[in-house]
Formats: sequence, C-alpha cells, structure tokens
Amino acid sequence: MTKRFAFAAGLALALMSATASGADKLKVGFIYVGPIGDHGWTYQHDVGRLAIEEEFGDQVETVYVENIAEGPDAERAITRLARDGAGLIFTTSFGFMDPTIKVAERFPDVKFEHATGYKRADNVSTYSARFYEGRYVIGQIAARVSKSGVAGYIASFPIPEVVRGINAFMLGAQSINPDFKVKVVWVSTWFDPGKEADAAKVLIGQGADIITQHTDSTAPLQIAADLGVVGFGQASDMIAFAPDSQLTAIIDNWAPYYVARAKAALDGTWESVDVWDGMAPGMVEMAPYTNLPDDVVAMAKETEARITSGEFHPFSGPIYKQDGTMAIGEGEVLDDGTLLGMNWYVQGIDDKLPQ
Amino acid sequence: MTGLEAILMTIIAAATPLLLAAIGELVAERSGVLNLGVEGMMIMGAIGGFAAAYVSGSAMLGVAAAVGAGVGMSLLFAFLTQTLVSNQVATGLALTLFGLGLSGLIGEAFTGLPGVKLPPVHVPGLSDLPLVGPVLFGQDVIVYASVALTALVAWVLARTRIGLVIRATGGNHHSAHALGYNVIAVRYACIAFGGATAGLAGGYLSLAYTPQWIENMTAGRGWIALALVVFSTWAPRRVAVGAYLFGTVWIMGLYVQGVGIDIAPQLLASLPYLITIAALVALSGNRLLTKVNTPACLGQPFVPDR
Repeated sequence: MTKRFAFAAGLALALMSATASGADKLKVGFIYVGPIGDHGWTYQHDVGRLAIEEEFGDQVETVYVENIAEGPDAERAITRLARDGAGLIFTTSFGFMDPTIKVAERFPDVKFEHATGYKRADNVSTYSARFYEGRYVIGQIAARVSKSGVAGYIASFPIPEVVRGINAFMLGAQSINPDFKVKVVWVSTWFDPGKEADAAKVLIGQGADIITQHTDSTAPLQIAADLGVVGFGQASDMIAFAPDSQLTAIIDNWAPYYVARAKAALDGTWESVDVWDGMAPGMVEMAPYTNLPDDVVAMAKETEARITSGEFHPFSGPIYKQDGTMAIGEGEVLDDGTLLGMNWYVQGIDDKLPQ
Repeated sequence: MTGLEAILMTIIAAATPLLLAAIGELVAERSGVLNLGVEGMMIMGAIGGFAAAYVSGSAMLGVAAAVGAGVGMSLLFAFLTQTLVSNQVATGLALTLFGLGLSGLIGEAFTGLPGVKLPPVHVPGLSDLPLVGPVLFGQDVIVYASVALTALVAWVLARTRIGLVIRATGGNHHSAHALGYNVIAVRYACIAFGGATAGLAGGYLSLAYTPQWIENMTAGRGWIALALVVFSTWAPRRVAVGAYLFGTVWIMGLYVQGVGIDIAPQLLASLPYLITIAALVALSGNRLLTKVNTPACLGQPFVPDR
C-alpha cells in the first residue's frame, strides 16, 4: 500500500508543472489550443512568448498550457493561470472568448489578451491579424498557377474569421480568373493531422490541384506534396515540410505585439484595446515565394506592396454576395464591422455556408 | 486514380489505425484489464516508429520500433496495475498523459523532418488490376496486418484453448486462478498484445497515413478505439465492422462536402460517432450473447492468495 501511495505521489509531482513564482516579476501566461509543436498557429504564438522572455529577461516569467480544448476546459485552465499569479494572460484561440470574459470578471486585477475574438472588458483586450490580406495574395497566386482552375480549401469552423479568409482567397483568385472554383471542406477541428490529410486527399481526388487550409497542422501541405500538387503554408512558414510544394505561407507574426503588451503591463500603462493589424505593421507576413515562375512572384509582391501601403484593400467593391445581391459598390471598401461579422460568401463560391 | 478508388483507399487508411488499436484493447479487456492508455501507447508508437525509420532509413524497422514502443508502454501499465495493483482507470489515464508528454519531448528533435513512407505492397499482376488492384493488393503491410490480426484474434478467442484461458481470466479471475492458471501472467501477455497493436496503429499514422511526426497526431483516435471495443460488446468481428463503418462515414462526410451536397458540416462531423454507435448497438441486440461476451472482471484488480 505504501509503495502504491509513494508512486501516486511521485506521479502527481511529476504531472504538476513547475509554477514557482518569483516576487515582483510579471508572470505572463499563455493558453494554447494546440501543441506548440504544430508548426502552425500555436507555434507562432509560442514564438511570441519566447520574444517576451528574450526582451525582458529576468523581469518576466512566462508559463503556457497547451492542447486546451475550447469550452469548459479552457475556463479551468485560465482560472488556474490567474490563480497562480499570472498578471497578464494571452488566450490564443477564438473559442476561448467566453471563458476568458468569465474568468476576467472574477480576476479584475489580471490583464487578459484574447486573440481573434470580439468581446472586451476593462481588463480584456482583443487582438487579431488581418490574415485576409495574405489570403487575397495566395488567391491570386492560386488562380495563376492552377491548371484545373479548382482550389481545395480545408476549413475548420464557419466563424467570420474563416469565412472572411475564404472570401478574400476567392476575390484574389477572381481578380485573375473570374471562373475560378473553390471547393470548401469543413473538418470541424483546428488540429487533427489525420483528418486534415483525409480532407486534402478527398479534395485532390475531386480535381483540386492547389490546396490551402485554415487548420493548424502541416499535414494538408504534406499530402499535397505527396500527391504532386502545390499549396500554401498556414500561420507559419512550412517550407521544411514541403520544400517542393509550398508556394508561400501566411505568417502570423505576434512577437512585436506581445512584447509591446508585456511592456505596457510592466510599465503600468496597460489599457484594454482592440487591435487588428495587417501587413503594414508586420503582423501578417508572407513567407518567401518559392516554386513559382518569376512573373507570378512579381505579381504577388506587387499586391503585397499595394496592401502594405494602404493603396489597395482586398475587400474593395464591387463585391457581390453569393445570392447575387451587392455587398458594396464600386469605389468603396467593406468596413471593419462588416468584415468582423462576415457570415456570407462572395459570389462564385460553390459551397453553402453552414449556419 | 479514379474517384471510387481514391475514396476506398482513404476509408481503409482511416479505419486501419482504429481497428488495430481496438483489436488489441479488446484482447486486454477480454482478459479483464481496462487500459485507458490506448492513446498514450498509440502516440508513443507513432514517435517510436517515426524516429526509428528516420534514423535507420528503413520503414520496416520503424514498424518494429512502433510495436516495441507500444509494448514498452503497455508493460509499464502492466507492472503498475498487475504487479503493484494500482487502480487501472487512473493508471490508464496517466499512461495517456505520460505518452502524450513523452512523445512530444522525444518528437521535438523530429518535428519538421521528412518521414519515411511505408511502401505499398506490390503483387505482380494483381496490384495492376483496375480498382481491386490497388484497393485489395496494393496496401501496405500494416493494413494487411490489421485484417490478419483481427481474424487471428477472433479465431483464438472463440476456438482455441488460449482463447478460453483468456476469457476465463476476464470472466472470473478467482476461478481461473483456482484452476491453476497464472492470472497475472495471462493479463501481462494480453496487455502487451494490446500495446503492440496500439503501437502499430501509431506507427501507421506516422509511417503511412501522414508520414511525418506531428505532436499529438493521434488526435483522440485511441479514445475512439476504446469506445469501439465497448460498443461492439467485445466481439472482434463487430470491432472490424465498427472501425470500417466509422472510417466510411468519416470520409464520406468530407467527400459529400467536396461535391457540394448540402449537409451541415457540424452534423457530418458527428455522424461517424452516431452511426457507428447506433449500428453497433443494433448489432449487439442479443442480450444473452452480450452478457456472455462481457468480461465480468473488467477493471477489477486481482491479488493471488498467498
């Protein structure tokens, strides 16, 4: 019996993460939806965490919890970080929105930063990146290099963030080839390499010769490489996984924002903000263009430059909704409110948007 | 590749890891051991297989290492639950957490590296036939192993003396002990078999399904396998039906979206679970048979009298 007890105690100790807290240090907590080894979404957030450590050294201590499911589990994990003395907590997935708000009510002195959501409070900021700017660029590339004129799009959940990405991709593609087709498959998960791979196989089997994804693993790109088609990295540069098939990748560069927010918390100047940055301040970056003809690279770079300079907005009118009604007329651009709540497809997408 | 062929190939790929993990767990459970560590053993098989194949360059060595990693994990479980008589449920859960963590740690060095793909078998003549060639004669060895192991388990459990001893151990360990069988040894062997197939299932993921190492790449398949065993009421044939049905509905859910059939994807994502459970419950309609198959000592610790 004692032996068993000793083992159980040992196991419990081993399972507990080291959470010794130093005095006067700012403890910065991170909640991740996937593993930091996904080399996609979560990996990039962790790059931001490491940037904070790099920048502030002994003044900060960072902790992270990975693989937290969106839902009740998240509330537990966030509460635990807050209770363990974290002064600033980044919750890095859309589904952590309500749990973040709930926990923030109970810990008014803790500052929260929620990624990609829209609910704020005095101690809850939201931040997101205008990934759609990158999506427009890869849509243009897709239309230029696809021979079948069909792209396969692996989507996670029908939230505005994802719908906006599909629309931006389609608008980019249509600017090159008005008849371009996008096949959308919803896999109802952010991270399941096997299922993402299955979706890629199915899409390629149905004639897509270019694959793009709004899920977190590298599997779809690798399947594309395996089956001899091309694709795009998602959230992070995935060139190592598909050196002959990645055309570019949309990189989420959170590090500058994370460092700035940690600094504000250290200085006592932290305020609840709503940040939505794109290519201009470098929150969205394109990975080097590879496996592409020079003229396509030139086109992509030009679009990138025009978006960065503010000369061009991917959601510039005229834009028609799927049902043929006009969303916005010539010479105007969709406002941020519409973009943030986007729950309709642009014309030309075959899929019916799940409600 | 024709459309139908592509679909069938993907279904087989989706069903194989489930079938493998489930058939091994079935044997362990028939001997009276509930091992909730399938996911942990599977992920260790995935990293073990990937690492060995990457270092040696041989996919077959990777397969062997995957099995070895699964067995190693299962022996740890066996030692804790059978020798030290720890709680099986808690130990199994810990094994899953341990496996996920340890595989992430080992996998750190292997993330982003090109994997070694297990080549499909090529039978001259047969593999080149249209449709049936690739589907029946062009799979890799793990797929054939999954089918062979399922048949073997069904036969051994139902028709052989070994199967009788395993079932006796799971049905009433005191009687089995009184008859002179070494209950602990039988359970050690069954747990190890479960570890071997779970490891092989993991190896299939990292060597054939998506030949790469991705942290947490099992993504809950171990839990689905566990559920399959219970809902199939511990019958090997039904486990096979369940695994393939699950794989079929899973792939068709993706397929119908691609061709533009309008069904809510949220529903499609839940259908594999719903249909498989419904079908297995319907198949298991015979109450008496279910009762006979259910290992009465499942999850109960056994301490031999001194």
